[in-house]
Amino acid sequence: MKEVNISDLEKKFEERIAAEIRIEPNDWMPENYRKTLIRQISQHAHSEIVGQLPEGNWVTRAPNLRRKAVLLAKIQDEAGHGLYLYSAVETLGADREETIDDLHTGKAKYSSIFNYPTLTWADIGMVGWLVDGAAIMNQVPLCRTSYGPYARAMVRVCKEESFHQRQGFEIVTTLAQGTPEQKAMAQDALDRWWWPALMMFGPSDAESKHTEQSMRWRIKRHTNDELRQMFVNATVPQAELIGLKVPDDNLTYNKEKGGYDFSDIDWDEFWQVVNGHGTCNKERIEARKKAKEEGIWVREAALAYAEKRAARRKQAS
Amino acid sequence: MSNKEWPLWEVFIRSKQGLSHKHAGSLRAADAEMAINNARDVYTRRSEGISIWVIESNKIVASDPDDADALFEPSNSKVYRHPTFYAVPDGVGHM
Repeated sequence: MKEVNISDLEKKFEERIAAEIRIEPNDWMPENYRKTLIRQISQHAHSEIVGQLPEGNWVTRAPNLRRKAVLLAKIQDEAGHGLYLYSAVETLGADREETIDDLHTGKAKYSSIFNYPTLTWADIGMVGWLVDGAAIMNQVPLCRTSYGPYARAMVRVCKEESFHQRQGFEIVTTLAQGTPEQKAMAQDALDRWWWPALMMFGPSDAESKHTEQSMRWRIKRHTNDELRQMFVNATVPQAELIGLKVPDDNLTYNKEKGGYDFSDIDWDEFWQVVNGHGTCNKERIEARKKAKEEGIWVREAALAYAEKRAARRKQAS
Repeated sequence: MSNKEWPLWEVFIRSKQGLSHKHAGSLRAADAEMAINNARDVYTRRSEGISIWVIESNKIVASDPDDADALFEPSNSKVYRHPTFYAVPDGVGHM
C-alpha cells in the first residue's frame, strides 16, 4: 500500500476540477463531494420516477389516440431518465435499493412540483411546457457537471426532454386557440402551475445551503436565482404569443437587466410542500411504496428463474 | 422487505453497421436475456442502436486510475510515433 497524503489528494482533485477535467467513478474524491452527488443525483432520479405519477393520471383520459401515444412515450422517457440516474448514483458506491428506501421513508426528497395535482387535461400541457421547461433550464448546464457519469446521463436526458416541452406547449396552444371554455381551462391551469414551476429552482440564493459548495465543485453551474430568471425570460414571451396571461401583476420587462422583474415567491408554500404538506405528498409516496412492495414477488421470481436456468445449463454441459 | 438486488450489467450499443459497440450505461436485470430486453427499452428508445452487448459489471477488469501515470507515461515520451514528428520538405504534398 502506497503512503498517500489526504491533503495531496485533495489538492490534485481541486486542480482537476479547476481545469475542467471530469471526475470518474474510481478516481479519488473528497467524501463530501461523493455525499453531495449521491444526494443530488438520487433526488433527481426520484423526481423523474415520481414525476410519472401526475401524468399517469391522464393516460386513460387523453383526448385522442395521438395524445395518448405521446403521453405514454413521455412517461416511458421519465422512467428511463430515472434509470440513467440511479445507475449514476450506483457508480458512487451507493446502494440502489437503499436510495429508493430513503425516498419511501422521507429521508430523501424529490422535486416538490409533483405534489401538485393534475386536475384537467390542460395541466398535462402545463407539466410539459412549464415543468419540463424548468427542468431543461436546470439540466442543460448539468451536462457539463464535474462528475462524468452524471454529465453523460444528463446529455441523454436533455436530448429527450426537449420533445416533452414541445408536446406540452402544443397541448396548451391548441387549448388556447380553442373554444372560450378551452382557453379558460388553459388559463386556469397556467394560474395554478406558474408559481410552483418557479419554485422548482429551489430556495433563493441567500437561503440555499448547498449552492456555494456545489458551485465550487462545478456540480452546479448556475445559482437557483439565475436559473429562475432565465426561465421567466424564456417563458413569458411564449405565454404572450398564445394569448395567455402569466398570473403576476408585477411582471414587467426591465430593460437595464435585460430580463423580467417579477413578484416574490410565496416561500411559506414552498417549504410547506417540501416538508410534506402539499396536496399530493402522501399519495405520491404511498404509490411508490405500493409499487415496490407489490413488485417484490416478481423480482424474487425472476431471480429464482434465472438461477434455476443457470443451474440447468451447468448440468447439461 | 426483501432488498436482494438483481445483478448490475454494463450495456454496450452499436449505433450502426461499421461502428464499434460503445458503452451506453448500466442497468439491473435478473439474467442476460432480461438485460438485453431492458437495455433495448432503456437505451434505444430512439433508434440509437442495431446491436446490444451486455456483460455483468463485476466481470469487467479495469485499470486503476492511480496507476495511470505508470501505465501511460511511456507512450507520452515517444513523440516519434506520430507523423508530425518528421520534417518533410515543402512541395512533397500529401504524405
